[in-house]
Amino acid sequence: MEWGQVHALLGENGAGKSTLMNVVYGLIRADSGEMQFDGAQVQVHSPQDAIGLGIGMVHQHFMLIPPLTVADNVILGQETARAAGVIDGRASRRTVNELSRRYGLQVDPDARVRDLSVGVQQRVEILKALYRGARLLILDEPTSVLTPQETEGLFQIVRGLTAEGSAVIFITHKLGEVMAIADRITVMRRGKVVASTTPAESSQADLARLMVGRPVLLRVEKGPAQPGRPLLQVDGLSVLDDRRQVAVDGLSLEVRAGEILGLAGVEGNGQVELVEAIAGLRPARSGRVMLCDHEVTAASPRRRLRAGLGHIPADRHRMGVILELPISDNLVLGDFDRPPFARGIVRLLAQVRDHAARLIKSFDVRAAGPQQLAGALSGGNQQKVVVARELSNGPRVLMAAQPTRGVDVGSIEFIHRQIVEQRDAGLAVLLVSSELDEVLSLADRVAVIYRGRIAAVLQAGEIDRDRIGLLMAGGQADQVPAASEGAL
Amino acid sequence: MRAALRIAQQAAVPLVAILLGFLVAGVAVAITGADPSQAYLGLFQGAFTNKHAFTESLIASVPYVFLGLAVATGFRAGLFNIGADGQFYLGALGGVFVGFSIHGLPGIVHIPLAILAGVACGAVYGGLPGFLKARFGAHEVITTIMLNYIAYSLSDYLINRGPLGDPHSSAPKTPFIDPSAQLPIIFADSRLHLGLLLALLAVPLMWFLIERTTIGFRIRAVGLSPEAARSSGISVARTMVLVMAISGGLAGLAGADEVLGVSHFMPPSFSIGYGFDAIAVALLARSNPWGILPAAFLFGAMRNGAGFMQLQTQVSADMISIVQATVIMFVAAPVIVRWLLRLREVPAESLQITQPEGVGAAPKT
Repeated sequence: MEWGQVHALLGENGAGKSTLMNVVYGLIRADSGEMQFDGAQVQVHSPQDAIGLGIGMVHQHFMLIPPLTVADNVILGQETARAAGVIDGRASRRTVNELSRRYGLQVDPDARVRDLSVGVQQRVEILKALYRGARLLILDEPTSVLTPQETEGLFQIVRGLTAEGSAVIFITHKLGEVMAIADRITVMRRGKVVASTTPAESSQADLARLMVGRPVLLRVEKGPAQPGRPLLQVDGLSVLDDRRQVAVDGLSLEVRAGEILGLAGVEGNGQVELVEAIAGLRPARSGRVMLCDHEVTAASPRRRLRAGLGHIPADRHRMGVILELPISDNLVLGDFDRPPFARGIVRLLAQVRDHAARLIKSFDVRAAGPQQLAGALSGGNQQKVVVARELSNGPRVLMAAQPTRGVDVGSIEFIHRQIVEQRDAGLAVLLVSSELDEVLSLADRVAVIYRGRIAAVLQAGEIDRDRIGLLMAGGQADQVPAASEGAL
Repeated sequence: MRAALRIAQQAAVPLVAILLGFLVAGVAVAITGADPSQAYLGLFQGAFTNKHAFTESLIASVPYVFLGLAVATGFRAGLFNIGADGQFYLGALGGVFVGFSIHGLPGIVHIPLAILAGVACGAVYGGLPGFLKARFGAHEVITTIMLNYIAYSLSDYLINRGPLGDPHSSAPKTPFIDPSAQLPIIFADSRLHLGLLLALLAVPLMWFLIERTTIGFRIRAVGLSPEAARSSGISVARTMVLVMAISGGLAGLAGADEVLGVSHFMPPSFSIGYGFDAIAVALLARSNPWGILPAAFLFGAMRNGAGFMQLQTQVSADMISIVQATVIMFVAAPVIVRWLLRLREVPAESLQITQPEGVGAAPKT
């Protein structure tokens, strides 16, 4: 790769992108092969070596200390100290200010990291790398936690960096981003480079084919919805967030049998709280939740499960699967204590294993077997385990929150197809996603959430990208022309 | 063959830790001017080869089995029960009370009744901090430590001035239990009692409970990921109370077993830190019920042999505390042992999985 360029490293989860970059950054040692940097052969045994060479990395999960200020986080480990080891606060603030001006990274050096949005935290991570003299910046799945606006902001930063002569490696599996930002593209599959190309020479469909080794349907094929009676009704629901602020504010919505209602919105507008309240993981302050004609507003998660709710949680690692348990156990998390998986208090492990073997096959989970630990699976396959479990319980309402976040293209396709199939089988599906493309391609109706309320519900004929974009940003439904010229 | 290899792999770190423990304690003994080899010879003789030494080591191991299981069960649910010592006291109080206050029962009724009383007392006393955690979020480490002191003071009061004191004795103690409540001797010409068989039975039972029942699955799921467990409909609060009650019940069983099988009465300061040693036993066994057996036997044998060692070589019996402490240090820091053994594993794959979520990971929005 060359200086002043953005080099996208594209591949499905498990293709080896992150592993390769961890080798470059010195976190993992290579078994064989060599690495050249700036024309010379180099040995990188630790992140310190990498930093010394001018390589910086921003991980998917940020490595920041929330109670400290931006400036403190940036200088941490390489503090400018005055006599007797006292940190020179003014000097560090000045350095941070200079860096942020130079690269167009607006951050208040005195703000505490815990008060910052995810997008700004990411800027702090980039500043950290630049402060350490990074000329080659590795961004590992940088947009997976960002809103569309924040993603655009990140792209500007990346362009600014390359204009200054730095090089950026952009790890991603999102095709649209690659086309928008990359100068060169390297596609990886199963640990091998399968193609090296440029956006001009290729199309999204080409890249997708290269990533998965076969053509992928980017558009979901589905017939028109045939909605039946409402199965999930939320009526005037208010919910508080962790800081005891109103996050869901008198919200009402209704999902009918045989339709997919897409909930679009910028993250942080109450989606998480709404989903948790419907699942029974967070108390409702007021309002009602009806599930298949039963009121479940105060019911336990278990009772909602039994009443017919399937829930694909947004945070797979925290709530979806237990990484240290085998796939078979993860597939019965909801009914391990019921027949046929238990008799009395004794678990029937043979049944659990058979059940797992069946689901692994029908949901195409790429695993060594039912006893493999969930933590050893790729993100996409972990998510298939979650989907398989939630659908095998025979739900009548499926609530899918960010069902394809951090999931490879092949699995996305599979999961989308499952969701549409379930709709056709008469399930009511509530799809909560921050990926507008996902909502647009799956939903039969789209509800836009803004500050804890439904800003508008668009019927099949009215769904329009720009209009939804404006509603997501807080525009009024009646002020938004059906075909606006304004871009998001 | 493969199973044997797996066991060997799991046991490697604890075994090396034990060896290092004896090595470090030996150095400490040498620094004091005594001969470590003589000290260890004394320890060995006191634990195994003297008259009655072996059966006495077994007797001393019995409470460690129950208490080790108690602490290990808590660990499996992610709970740190430091209150096993207090629950041990409560179990002893319950057992001794039923043992001396009820008369005329046949042994086959009296013994189970007294044991059940001990288990129940321990379970309630252990369940309490579980409830406090589930209901109010009070951390179990704090509450169980505090409850230990309450248990000590309570038994002190009950035995010294309260209803459990022996009116016919000048020394503060409870009355002797009826012979019908005494655990029968199972090995002629020794003090080895039925408790050993109970302990040997408790291990597979606890293994079955943890690994093969729905209760155990709940416990493990809550220990591994409370949020995923909750989101799948497992009641985390109920599981916490339950697991602490099971843990306390096992500790109570240890206490009852000790009064019914060994002392046959209860003095005010009954335990000498059994409940705390049990934390070490559980750690050494890596919370695996089967591992509790050898770990408990090691601690029982050391405790039994230490007295003779001191008599023989003037090396303080507290020397075994150095062994225990060092063992725990090396078990808790397996990296050191792995490095010594050159057990290089940590493949790239697992590095990925265990990568920390990052201190500044994206906040919940």
